[in-house]
Amino acid sequence: MADAKTMTEFNLSCPVPRVADDRIVLAHGGGGRLTHQLIEKIFMPAFGNPMLEQRHDGAVLPVNGSRLAFTTDSFVVRPLIFPGGSIGDLAIYGTVNDLAMCGARPLYLSAGFILEEGLEMNTLRTVVTSMQQAAAKAGVQLVTGDTKVVDKGKGDGVFVNTSGIGLIETNVKGTIGPAAVQVGDAVIVSGDLGRHGIAILSVREGLEFESPILSDTASVWPTVEALLNAGIEIHCLRDLTRGGLATTLNEIASDRDICIKLEETLIPVQETVQSACEILGLDPLYVANEGRFAVFVPAAQAEAALEVMKKVEVSQGSVRVGKVEETPGRTVVLQSRIGGNRVVDMLSGEQLPRIC
Amino acid sequence: MKFLSEYRDQKAAEQLAQQVWKKVTRPWTIMEICGGQTHTIVKSGLEDLLPRDITLVHGPGCPVCVTPIDLIDKAVAIAQRPEVIFCSFGDMLRVPGSTKSLFDAKAEGADVRIVYSPLDALKLAKQNPSRQVVFFAVGFETTAPANAMAAWQADHDHIDNFSLLVSHVLVPPAMEALLSSSNCVVQGFLAAGHVCTIMGYEEYFPIAEKYQVPIVVTGFEPLDILEGILMTVSQLEEGRHEVENQYVRATRREGNRPAQERIVEVFEVVNRQWRGLGEIPSSGFQLRGRFKKYDANRRYPSSVEPARESPECISGLILQGIKKPHECPAFAVKCTPENPLGAPMVSSEGACAAYYHYGRRQNHDRVQPELSGTPSR
Amino acid sequence: MCLAVPGKVVEIMDDGDIAFRRGRVDFGGIRKEINLAYVPEAEVGKYVLVHVGFAISVIDEDEAQRVFKYLEEMGGLQEELGEIPQ
Repeated sequence: MADAKTMTEFNLSCPVPRVADDRIVLAHGGGGRLTHQLIEKIFMPAFGNPMLEQRHDGAVLPVNGSRLAFTTDSFVVRPLIFPGGSIGDLAIYGTVNDLAMCGARPLYLSAGFILEEGLEMNTLRTVVTSMQQAAAKAGVQLVTGDTKVVDKGKGDGVFVNTSGIGLIETNVKGTIGPAAVQVGDAVIVSGDLGRHGIAILSVREGLEFESPILSDTASVWPTVEALLNAGIEIHCLRDLTRGGLATTLNEIASDRDICIKLEETLIPVQETVQSACEILGLDPLYVANEGRFAVFVPAAQAEAALEVMKKVEVSQGSVRVGKVEETPGRTVVLQSRIGGNRVVDMLSGEQLPRIC
Repeated sequence: MKFLSEYRDQKAAEQLAQQVWKKVTRPWTIMEICGGQTHTIVKSGLEDLLPRDITLVHGPGCPVCVTPIDLIDKAVAIAQRPEVIFCSFGDMLRVPGSTKSLFDAKAEGADVRIVYSPLDALKLAKQNPSRQVVFFAVGFETTAPANAMAAWQADHDHIDNFSLLVSHVLVPPAMEALLSSSNCVVQGFLAAGHVCTIMGYEEYFPIAEKYQVPIVVTGFEPLDILEGILMTVSQLEEGRHEVENQYVRATRREGNRPAQERIVEVFEVVNRQWRGLGEIPSSGFQLRGRFKKYDANRRYPSSVEPARESPECISGLILQGIKKPHECPAFAVKCTPENPLGAPMVSSEGACAAYYHYGRRQNHDRVQPELSGTPSR
Repeated sequence: MCLAVPGKVVEIMDDGDIAFRRGRVDFGGIRKEINLAYVPEAEVGKYVLVHVGFAISVIDEDEAQRVFKYLEEMGGLQEELGEIPQ
């Protein structure tokens, strides 16, 4: 009955063909390992250049003595409208935040729409109105755009791409990015986790909330601006979108070959969000956020940074969650509530709900 | 969350661990049966709180891992039929079959949907009368009452465009099979709490007696598992081999009678193949009597090729607790969650995936929890 | 497959056959409709353990305290035996 093969009998060649290699699967868009593989294996070899190889949220471009930040993002969310916002909010704030993560003041956006035949005009109006309001709140102007329509069945109602330009102010010294992260740095998150992902899922899964969970979609530039104005030495900024805190920190740990040590008791998750995760069998560390970011600062400045962040509305719930250590490199480690340690790994693809 | 969060309390966990340190005088090997327990152990780093003398091995309590490969192939074949809406719990989606998983089939255009309850699948059948809804009914005894109810309600409401692809497996026969193997290294068991919530734990008394092993019905939170380990270790140190219940807030000796009645009405016990362990007699369920019409195996007669397992996957040895995942030559090298060679690497409860994600790639040093008054060792 | 979550019964809807008995259950602020066929003894205000949309057990609130009572005793014993450090 038992398979009693010994080690020496193994023939190390794999007969099972890997389908994931010759086709795109949904997991390639999950932000996890497969997304990274796609970037490394397909896009980088084709487009590779020093700017692209920074692999940060946006590109920092020297132009006539100034530095501009340039970024692009596409939005394919379903449902289009969810508690707390719509694809329109995501499209504006997503790009605004990517610019903020470079330490750049967001200035101008473009918007490209791919509309599905049969989309209700009212839905489009709602999306566009929310974009207008979000742009006003974020202090950016939509200066150019494009529209295409595809056959019914070939799109999810609306796909939006926004690209953005921002200006890196003169008071930003050096480059803000993973390369600047130091051993000993404090890791701070700008608020509680998981709201956006759960807000989306709540519509898809028909979950009812006593007080509904709203997406946290918002511009985080006000917080970044406050930190810059206060003279805080910012090493790295990264938003916590697809794949959540766990994915973002893994990317940075990997890029910089350091260890990020987290404490579970410090990680902020609102009770209802936690409950939703328990029911669906999801880990809040991997759930998407849209108005949250992580910032790396020298340990000595952590208290000062927190004070500045808590005064800004969008980051009132800022909390220090961990620190940077030297080893084990390329790893994120979590000390659990009960005191044991575990590695917080990168996901292969999308986090699937489980019942087991 | 009430009746959940308090069982994750740090102080209480340290206190329980401290009690384990006090009790232990020599090495013991304990197996937890259920994948959900494996998940908690590895996710909370629970082993870091225990003395080195305690070895925890992860048993075959992952219905996903033990579902035979030809059933996955069957599921994929059915899902690829254009008239079918194939519903499954999320756990099953990424398990590799001979050539592909349900996830791959979905990428190629099959209508595969994740549901949280078998009743969701039944609802889909009612809403889509022109399609055939097939539900992948995988699980231990815990999920059997839910699946039984789906079949029962379908019959009651005369829903015909609905069927179940059943892969239920039973815990006690698997335990017996493990214990009767000459390779068995396990000295004590943490039995699966929720399985016993349904079935009770009457069946474990003859097993404990025959094989002289303590069996403690255990829950799923860190305090539950620590208490279960404490109770097991106490029995081992005292030379007892009884059946005890740690999970008293949710489980009674007789189990859940209405659930058992519904199971018996809808299912009958049959022999089953366990991926990695071979055939175990009387270890599965299949639909019986007037519910046979809902058997997807009958509705979609097989024309799948014989299944091919990767020769490198030693899941059998892993599932029996004879080897740990990091002792497999393919672990984290050829076999990763993106390219799994066997089911334990795919399922989130599979021992290999748990080890991979939570990082037991080396044996970490165990340090006694820093507690006031703890005798040092 | 063993993920089961405890929730509080806030409403019960009886629809004839026990097989269709449902309830609205609150899980830390989230409400879901759950099948109560397997917990005929469940009442509003009680906690049930829910797995794949079905309540499989009513939580015994007294027994739920057992481990904490045990630890309290252990803590008390340690004091008596003078094992608390200086």
